[in-house]
Amino acid sequence: MLVITCPHCGPREESEFACGGEAHIARPLAENSLTDAEFADYLFLRDNPKGLFLERWRHTAGCRRWFNMARDTATHEIVEIYPMGGLPASKAGKAAHKNSWRRDTAAEAAAKPAKSARNQRSGS
Amino acid sequence: MATDQPDRGLRGLPGGKQKYSAFALAKKAMNYHQDWQRAWRDAPPKDEYDVVIIGGGGHGLATAYYLAAVHGVKRVAVVEKGWLGGGNTGRNTTIIRSNYLWDESAAIYEHALKLWEGMSQDLNFNVMFSQRGVLTIAHSEHELREMSRRVHAIRLNGIDSEILGPSEIKTFVPIINTDQTIRYPVMGGFLQKRGGTARHDAVAWGYARAADDLGVDIIQNCEVTGLRRNGRRIVGIETSRGFIKTRKVGCVVAGHSSVVAGMADIRLPLASRPLQALVSEPIKPVLDTVIMSNAVHMYISQSDKGEMVLGAGVDKYNSYAQRGSFPVPEHMIAAAVELFPVLSRLRMLRHWGGIVDTCPDASPIISKTDVEGLYFNCGWGTGGFKATPGSGHVFADLIANDRPNRIAAPYALDRFQTGLLIDEHGAAGVAH
Repeated sequence: MLVITCPHCGPREESEFACGGEAHIARPLAENSLTDAEFADYLFLRDNPKGLFLERWRHTAGCRRWFNMARDTATHEIVEIYPMGGLPASKAGKAAHKNSWRRDTAAEAAAKPAKSARNQRSGS
Repeated sequence: MATDQPDRGLRGLPGGKQKYSAFALAKKAMNYHQDWQRAWRDAPPKDEYDVVIIGGGGHGLATAYYLAAVHGVKRVAVVEKGWLGGGNTGRNTTIIRSNYLWDESAAIYEHALKLWEGMSQDLNFNVMFSQRGVLTIAHSEHELREMSRRVHAIRLNGIDSEILGPSEIKTFVPIINTDQTIRYPVMGGFLQKRGGTARHDAVAWGYARAADDLGVDIIQNCEVTGLRRNGRRIVGIETSRGFIKTRKVGCVVAGHSSVVAGMADIRLPLASRPLQALVSEPIKPVLDTVIMSNAVHMYISQSDKGEMVLGAGVDKYNSYAQRGSFPVPEHMIAAAVELFPVLSRLRMLRHWGGIVDTCPDASPIISKTDVEGLYFNCGWGTGGFKATPGSGHVFADLIANDRPNRIAAPYALDRFQTGLLIDEHGAAGVAH
C-alpha cells in the first residue's frame, strides 16, 4: 500500500487514488499531418520504464484533483509530487523527463505550434 | 476452424531420453529410485546457435520445443536469467479456456486448447491437464445478455460454450450462493466444459525435458544484458555468461519485454503491472470446476492439493516489483466470500504477485520487428498461461519461416498503426 501525499489533502492511502498513466503526453494539434506511425506514438505507445516513471494520479476519493508524480517502478519509492502543468524539480525527475524518447517524437513536436500558445498549454 | 488440427511434430521423446510410465516407476522402485535420468542437462552456453529464445517460462520453452519438434531447427538455446518457470509460469492461477469473443482470439486460444488436449502424451510428462470446466457468472440482466451474444459468437467459431441458469449453476456448483438478495446475485453463467486447469510448473518442466531431448540447450542463471546488432540485423546477444552469436532471437520475457526491447531501441505499447494471486489452506474437495466472475472480479478453483486458488485483476499502476497492493486481494477475498460463504473462515496460506505485460487492446503481440532476426512474443497480460502451447507453436512457426502464419498474423505490432486492434477488454470473460 502506497501512502501518497496529495498536494491538496496531505498523506492518504493509495486506495483513495486512481493512476492515470504516463504524464507529459501532449496531444498533437496538427494530427492530420502526422503519419499513422507518428500518431500511434501519441495514441498507443506508453513509456514502461523499470525505474523512475513520471505519471499522473488523481485523488478520486478526496479532492478529485489531478497531480503528477515521479515514482520508481522497481522500488515503489515516490521521489516527488508536483502539480499538473509543471515539470519535475528533482534531478532524477528532470533527467527522466528530458531523456524520454517521447521528447523526440513528431507527435510531441506537433503539439507545440507556437511559443505564445505553448505557455498557456504547457504541461498536461 | 474446429477441424484444423495443429501439427504436433515429433512426439514422445524421440531423442532417446528415458520415458516416464507406470512400468518405469515400478522398475526404478527396485533400485530405490536412485538412477532416474536428469530431466534436462545443465547446458553451458555454446558460442553460436541458430535461434536463441530469451526467457525460460512456459511460452519460451514451448517455442524452443516446437522449433525443434515441428521445424527441425537443430541448434536452439533458451536463456533464462533465473530458474525455469520462476516467473509468471509459476505464479498464475492455471486456468485454461478458449471462449473468447473475436475470431482472431478464438483461433489462437482454440489452437492452444487442442495442443493442451494432447500435451501430456506429446511430452511424455503428466501436466495434470484437467478439463473440469470453466464457468463464468453473470450478475446482472445486462451482463446476461452480453454473455448470450458472446456464447453465440464462440459457438460460431466451433468452440463449445453453453448458457446455464441459476438453478443449473447451483446443481453444477453446490457450494455457490445463489440467493437473489445478495449485492451481486448469480443470474446465470456460461460454461466451457473443455476448459479447466493444468499444473503450471509441470508445463515448464515437461517442455524443458522434451526440448532437451531434442537437443535444445537450456541455460539458466544467464541474464541478457544487450542485443548486438549490425545495421538493422541482429547478430547476437550479450549475456552475463558471455556473448552468444545468433541470427535469430525470440524474445518471450513477459513483464520485462519493454526492458529487453529497449536494448534494440524498439518501443512496445506495453504497461507492466503486478497481477496478484493467493491460495488458502488446503481443505477437502468442495469445488470441482473453475468459477470466474467479471462483475465482482474474482476467479477461483481448487488445486489437487486442496487449496482454494484465487486471482483477480491487475493492480492499477505500473510496477516491476513482483508485489502488489493490499486492496486488490482484499477485494477478491470479499467477492469470494459473498459467492461462497462456506469459505469465510479459511486462512490464507500464500500470496504473491507477478509482473504481466498488458497491451492497450488486451491481446498479445506476436511479431517481427524493425530489427531483422528479432522477434517478440509478449503482451499476454493477465491471460498468458492458457495460451502457452499455442503461443509457442505459432511463435516457433514465425521464427522458423520469418513470416507469420494465419493465426499469428493479426497479432503483429503494426496493428497499433493500422488500428486493426483485437479488443478483448472484458470480452475475454474477465476484466483486465
